[in-house]
Amino acid sequence: MPDSSTVVRQIRFHITRYNPELDRVPYVKTYAIPVREGMTVLEGLHYIKDNMDSSLAWRYSCRMGVCGSCGMLLNGHPTLACNTQILHIADRELTVGPLPNFNIIRDLVPDLTPMFDKHRSVKPFVIRADETEVNEPAGEFYQSPEELEAYLQFTYCIKCGCCMAACPTLATDVRYLGPMPLAAAQRYNVDSRDDGRRARNQVTGAAQGAFRCHYAGECSRACPKGVDPAKAIQHLKRRLVLDYLRLARRKKPCQKLHGPGEGKPLPNIPAAPGKTVPGDSFPNLPERSP
Amino acid sequence: MRETKYWTWHMAAGVVILFLLGLHMLIMHLGGITQLFAPHAGEAVSKENSLFRDGKLFFTVTYILLLGVALYHGLYGLRTILFELTLKPGAEKAITIILLIVGLGLFGLGTWAAVTAHSIAIAGARG
Repeated sequence: MPDSSTVVRQIRFHITRYNPELDRVPYVKTYAIPVREGMTVLEGLHYIKDNMDSSLAWRYSCRMGVCGSCGMLLNGHPTLACNTQILHIADRELTVGPLPNFNIIRDLVPDLTPMFDKHRSVKPFVIRADETEVNEPAGEFYQSPEELEAYLQFTYCIKCGCCMAACPTLATDVRYLGPMPLAAAQRYNVDSRDDGRRARNQVTGAAQGAFRCHYAGECSRACPKGVDPAKAIQHLKRRLVLDYLRLARRKKPCQKLHGPGEGKPLPNIPAAPGKTVPGDSFPNLPERSP
Repeated sequence: MRETKYWTWHMAAGVVILFLLGLHMLIMHLGGITQLFAPHAGEAVSKENSLFRDGKLFFTVTYILLLGVALYHGLYGLRTILFELTLKPGAEKAITIILLIVGLGLFGLGTWAAVTAHSIAIAGARG
């Protein structure tokens, strides 16, 4: 419970409630809670659950914008409850709802299964002809900092579903793949270790793929991690067209550089200092009891 | 990948339209001043100037080309808008077929008109 001396003001939370076993349609219930400086929406929800209504349901885990579990609609904007401070977005009133474009499991818990099914369909993993090397790597693949930079921002996606909730195309067509899976496809397409772009093109270039995007750009605006899915989709479209016209340069995926410990150190890098702790680096730990 | 093909040609048609409409604007609005493809006195759309252009194979070809790309670009755009209505796959297929038939019909009609105008212009020029 917030310390009463630090409470700034009372904020009324208008929360969408829905229990499919009891309610025909979702409805809004209001809770007035004391808010202090720096308090997040997630903390506000905890306050309600602890002190006012223990039946309130939502999904959360890390509390620090990493896991992507607590995506919800705050004052009409899809974002994470854990890294949104109440006083940054609310003066007196705050509406809290489940992410749109998803079915509701209960209260603020959206059913993200369709999103993950679509994500799976774009083969979001490195695909190479040398499958053994992928599954049981015996060395490192060479990738320059520039090659890493080409896809790095798309790796920051935490699959929270905020972009899917903000997408106006997905709102009208549930079959559309959506920004998250398409950005994931682009992330692997431009990875220099990957050779699976043409396999992904079958999905991303299909009727419900990248070409359904009208470039509203809301996905990029909504992303709490600063990823730009709209940009990824436009790059994806360009590459699909170039692949169709056979104008894309055929580039072999990067090759294995060397096995662990087999690399040649650069001559201008000094040798690592000796051990400071005597004995094995990983002393045998006692086995855990089951 | 079929959608990629449609989209690519949609984009290409847009570029061709841009060029041909530029030419159209140039002739229609500046023809009277520059006499470009409008050698007779009066406006670029006068009967004499129209027959002059209709008699040129270049123009007959560009008319047919413009008709083709404009129909494709416009009907593909219409198809995209209709698909926004979240139709069933059967309805989407029916729309694609209907638009294809309408497009081909209009293209055939327009081509016939352009070729006929070309023949009339040539016959008129020969007296």
